[in-house]
Amino acid sequence: MDVGIVSYGAYVPRYRIKPEEIGRIWGVDGKAMGKGLMIYQKSVPSPDEDVVTIATEAARDMMARVPDVNPEDIGAVYVGSESHPYAVKPTATIVAESIDATPAMTAADMEFACKAGTAGIQACMGLVGSEMVEYGVAIGADTSQGAPGDALEYSASAGGAAYLIGTKNIIAKINKTLSFTTDTPDFWRREGQPYPLHGGRFTGEPAYFRHITSAAKMMMEAMETKPEDYTYAVFHQPNGKFPTRVAKQLGFTPEQIEYGLLTPNIGNTYSGAVPLGLANVLDHAKPGDRIFVTSYGSGAGSDAFDITVTNEIENYKRENAPTIERVLENPVYLDYGTYAKYKGKILMSE
Amino acid sequence: MRDVAIIGVGATKFGELWNKSFRSLGIEAGMKAIEDANLSGDEIDGLFIGNMSAGRFINQQHVDALIADYSGMVTNHIPATRVEAGGASGGVAFREAVMAVASGIHNTVMVGGAEKMTDLDDASINSVMDATADAEWEAGMGITLASNYAMIARRMIHDHIATREEIAAVSVNSHFHGALNPGAQFRKAVPIETVLKSGAVATPLGMFDCAPISDGAAAIILCPLEEAKKHTDSYVKVSAVAQASDTLALFQRDCITEFKATQAAAARAYEMAGITARDINVAEIHDDYTVAGIMAMQDLGIYKTGEAGKAFLNEETHFDAGNVAVNTSGGLKARGYPIGAAGVAQIVELTEQLRNSAEVRQVKDAKYGLAQSAGGNGSAVTVSILEVI
Amino acid sequence: MASVAKEWREIPGRYNLQGTKCENCGKIYFPSRSFCPKCRRDSIGKMTPVKLDRKGFVYTFSVVHEAPDCNNRQKPYAVVMVKTSDDILLSGQLVDVEPENIEIGMPVRAVLRKLDADGPAGIIHYGFKFVPDY
Repeated sequence: MDVGIVSYGAYVPRYRIKPEEIGRIWGVDGKAMGKGLMIYQKSVPSPDEDVVTIATEAARDMMARVPDVNPEDIGAVYVGSESHPYAVKPTATIVAESIDATPAMTAADMEFACKAGTAGIQACMGLVGSEMVEYGVAIGADTSQGAPGDALEYSASAGGAAYLIGTKNIIAKINKTLSFTTDTPDFWRREGQPYPLHGGRFTGEPAYFRHITSAAKMMMEAMETKPEDYTYAVFHQPNGKFPTRVAKQLGFTPEQIEYGLLTPNIGNTYSGAVPLGLANVLDHAKPGDRIFVTSYGSGAGSDAFDITVTNEIENYKRENAPTIERVLENPVYLDYGTYAKYKGKILMSE
Repeated sequence: MRDVAIIGVGATKFGELWNKSFRSLGIEAGMKAIEDANLSGDEIDGLFIGNMSAGRFINQQHVDALIADYSGMVTNHIPATRVEAGGASGGVAFREAVMAVASGIHNTVMVGGAEKMTDLDDASINSVMDATADAEWEAGMGITLASNYAMIARRMIHDHIATREEIAAVSVNSHFHGALNPGAQFRKAVPIETVLKSGAVATPLGMFDCAPISDGAAAIILCPLEEAKKHTDSYVKVSAVAQASDTLALFQRDCITEFKATQAAAARAYEMAGITARDINVAEIHDDYTVAGIMAMQDLGIYKTGEAGKAFLNEETHFDAGNVAVNTSGGLKARGYPIGAAGVAQIVELTEQLRNSAEVRQVKDAKYGLAQSAGGNGSAVTVSILEVI
Repeated sequence: MASVAKEWREIPGRYNLQGTKCENCGKIYFPSRSFCPKCRRDSIGKMTPVKLDRKGFVYTFSVVHEAPDCNNRQKPYAVVMVKTSDDILLSGQLVDVEPENIEIGMPVRAVLRKLDADGPAGIIHYGFKFVPDY
């Protein structure tokens, strides 16, 4: 039985801040920093947005594109994020209620740093493939926090994408998924702490690069494929530099990763990053296109996916919701003061 | 049913009365009214209090008992009743009292209206005001009472019912009269530019389109008309007390640029008094927001739709203009808006006008006076008519 | 802290614009009503849940400068009365728009946003707000 993507939806808040504006406050050459990271601006959520609202917007767009799918046939909703608004109380139930999928279903919030969204896709594939549920919804969304002045503040942004996983009318078949997972503490946030910490340069070679390349190689070995067999590739993108370099190391061309690389324009959306990159690829995909996807979550692990776009995408009502290019149109740029206010970094009286 | 007369009135000054408590305000107004009616106090057999939200403003529920106690009425154990209907609390209390006397159940009744607002911080005061709209589906969604009136004003301008200047002129009229009323909170006339340029509250309305936060109280003594002469020579007849309701939420109405409750209450009041809108000489209307003043004059049938704003702008509403004099007290805008007191204070002003004791703002030869009191966004409206007899 | 039940029981209306339709006269009410004010007893048992169209047009609006505390970080903010595509009028906030770009008649759609929260530790209130629908 083929398992794959039945629909998808994506959302990025409209506000942006540039690294030079952040650097202006902290006495850092933000422009050079942005150039080094290949991040030219990042998205900022409005004060009334969080992972619940971002996930809901993405999920509603996802449902709008498949008007024939009865939301009551959704048997599972998983929301992956490292910035769930509640430490205890699921995001997924709110999203499920907002798309009328409740109550005959299971739901849970997932957390695996930046790969919680793709972990949700894998969980849904298992449930759908085993016929435990008809459809599963997997969402990756974040409103990630970077400590003021920390390197993460230049990249941590907000956005998310939702995937409807099923077996009928799939627009993209997931040929295979596999993961590479070890205990590698490159980035973490302790319970009750407002900002994550990271291991600096340790987040690179032994963490991001080792896990992505290992998972990617395992996938190509299992599928007996080479980079040139894929139309598009999407890699986790904490900045623009890492995915560009890892793609090159694995033998993918800049053209293959172009659509899947949104971070230079919107920053690192954490759990939303790979789901958003894949959504932008699907916005452009045609039947027969093959997509290589590898996420990365600190702590650490990578999920790889081998995907083939089906003929069904021709009948798919993509136009019922805005494409990512449309979502990203007309951004509003913030100064650091407004950004700090929006992100709740200014102490206010209760 | 018997005819009812007003035999005494009294009011405190309205304003930020930092050294006065709720109970001291209520007593001051009541004492003035009792004195004005030449009573000892023992004649009073019933007490009605219009109060919107002592529970939230001063954390005191049960203000009926409080006022009965501190006014000394408790020694005779007379019934005391607190009435709440948002901004129309005072208007409704007056109507309840008139009905009590008219029915014969009560004979001599005091109606009080009081509010002590300034013991609370501004943000909390606003949230109390917003709760007079639909708490779940307006206030809970971020809609403030001011913004609802602002949305009415926006639509009114869009539909060419009134211009921004005409709406602002309601405030100018109230301030013009407030300057002539020693009891008013604001005793200064303002030019229209001041209103138009005042800081935005909810666009297009600014600070000078909104009635202030005030402390104050007002009181009235009622008795059967046939007994009025026993107490005083200067009494007026209550010719009509009408009341009407509408949806709590503004958005549930077919039309937002008129208050059907005002129209319905006015129709009932005119019928009860046996007169028409054209007989009215002086009107006290609920201008908690300027735009409400335009609506009131049109919904009362005193002006046609599209005409009320011009009347305000052309100063036809002044006490000495020879037309219907509007808000000679200064209205809610300039006299002040201690919520529960407002509807009662309107009756106090009309009584002063009809018995020729309004001094420098006296309307000449006034026979009929009308008061319109509104709660929330016109969800409860009373229209009362007083008559010189 | 406010009761959580007060927010919880309004979820269908707050999240998904669920109102009621009188099957006797066909009129739709938002928020939900247990009977039709026009049909009264004829409507009893005939009020069915119905979801409003999330798209509509601005009927009137205001930009709120004196804002309640819950919107401290977003003031001034816009409020609108929206006529939905099924011709129902309802009120809410209009976000993701510059006040000078709001006009009567502009198309909007309802999205889910945070309305308020019971302080930093209490429950978060989610509900509909409107955004421009370009």
